[in-house]
Amino acid sequence: MLSLTVRTAGPSTTVQDRGRIGWGHLGVPRSGALDLPALVRANTLVGNVPFAAALEVTLGGLVVVFEADVVVALTGARCPLSVDGVPAGHGVAVGVPAGAALRVDAARVGVRAYLAVAGGIAVEPVLGSRSTDTLSGLGPRRLRDGDRLPLGCSTAAPGDLPAVGAAGDVGGLGWAAAGELDLAGVAAGYAARSVAEPAIPAEPVLRVHPGPREDWFEPAAIEALYATPWTVTSESDRVGARLDGPALPRAITDELPSEGMVAGALQVPPSGPVLFLADHPVTGGYPVIGVVDPDDLWLAAQAPPGSTVHLRRADLT
Amino acid sequence: MSRMGRDAELIATTDPAALRAEIVRRALPGVEDVVPGAGTVLVRWSPGAAPDLGWAASWRPAETAERAGREVTIEVSYDGPDLDDVAARAGISPDDVVALHTGAVYTVAFTGFAPGFGYLTGLPEPLRVPRRSSPRTRVPAGAVGLAGEFTGVYPRPSPGGWQLIGQTEQTLWDAAADPPALLSPGDRVRFVRC
Repeated sequence: MLSLTVRTAGPSTTVQDRGRIGWGHLGVPRSGALDLPALVRANTLVGNVPFAAALEVTLGGLVVVFEADVVVALTGARCPLSVDGVPAGHGVAVGVPAGAALRVDAARVGVRAYLAVAGGIAVEPVLGSRSTDTLSGLGPRRLRDGDRLPLGCSTAAPGDLPAVGAAGDVGGLGWAAAGELDLAGVAAGYAARSVAEPAIPAEPVLRVHPGPREDWFEPAAIEALYATPWTVTSESDRVGARLDGPALPRAITDELPSEGMVAGALQVPPSGPVLFLADHPVTGGYPVIGVVDPDDLWLAAQAPPGSTVHLRRADLT
Repeated sequence: MSRMGRDAELIATTDPAALRAEIVRRALPGVEDVVPGAGTVLVRWSPGAAPDLGWAASWRPAETAERAGREVTIEVSYDGPDLDDVAARAGISPDDVVALHTGAVYTVAFTGFAPGFGYLTGLPEPLRVPRRSSPRTRVPAGAVGLAGEFTGVYPRPSPGGWQLIGQTEQTLWDAAADPPALLSPGDRVRFVRC
């Protein structure tokens, strides 16, 4: 099996796919890529199924070498990418010759970049996912210098991208259930070989669906939640983004019996709101004042510490 | 019922394990996760696939219904570091603590904290002691603990603040096993002295 070698892992590079779905009742977080649309774009560019496992690169510092010619693509955070020192594009398929050093440097805009390799990262799945779960420790650990990661089989090679009709042989077949193969997407990925990378706004506006425990807060707290520019603190990670701002006084001060949580939940312990991201605990004992829309979660994932986010109330009908 | 964002509903219920079992039994299309809490069930669905859950808020298990879940017996060496403290707090002897803990039938109410960690309800009143004022940085896998109205078993080494009264050799969590967790919501659990 082909593999890639991690020459320099960087401070926080993990393997991510869509995550572990359906195990919450046993205490298993979902995990998965924080910027899922960026993962899908990267996989599309190299002809993988949308949720094939790729590398989530946080804070850059990644250097990898492949033992054969491969096709890769980098999406999400705007990290300088180079092959043996030659700059390569963002949001396009890039050919990497065997033995060349592929380098992902620290993000200039955004936080998390996704490096997909044709064929996908083929580490052993755990409960149906190859994702590194930083909270529970499931899946492969964070990358370290010298790690070797197996790659799935792919027909893609630089200068030899398969024709549309050959797409059925491409990548991740051992990983995906038959119904998950996106043959049209695979074909389109090779045909287009570039995707529109959305701009990462400096001050994103996140739509928030109120509740389920909005009534546990004073009206002033609800007003403050939506009127305040919130600062993402440096204690943010894959579990959650901690937001710094005004106090959110409670109307009900009882202890909340533990209840299920979702990514996007704005849980409010006394220390201030935490916007839960993919590695969040499955149950929690603090009230959730509102939940960020799933389509806006990628914006939260790309908001660096010290940046400002705005919350906009978006009632579900 | 109240929405937990775009793709989930939080349903209040007096019997989360039974409601979870009923939702799973109905195999509603689009449902991805059904997560019980202490007094709720969270139902999470795939985008655009909101199921009809109108029935769930008023659903009650039939009086004659068999209870969902399995019977699980866990063998415990009652030699935990907090056994004497728990006994002192309860004003009983360590042997009485063991007798009370082994004399009850518990229900796995919900999970959290770590994969395979079940919060077990049914703890006899005298054993309801607060968690330790300073949590331990490392609790071994298999440690049997008490905190508030709950008892439970640590599935793997981790930090922990529960009062530890014993230790089991049984495996609570094995990601490669099917099912991966010894305890699932709704299971009934007995502890026996070994």
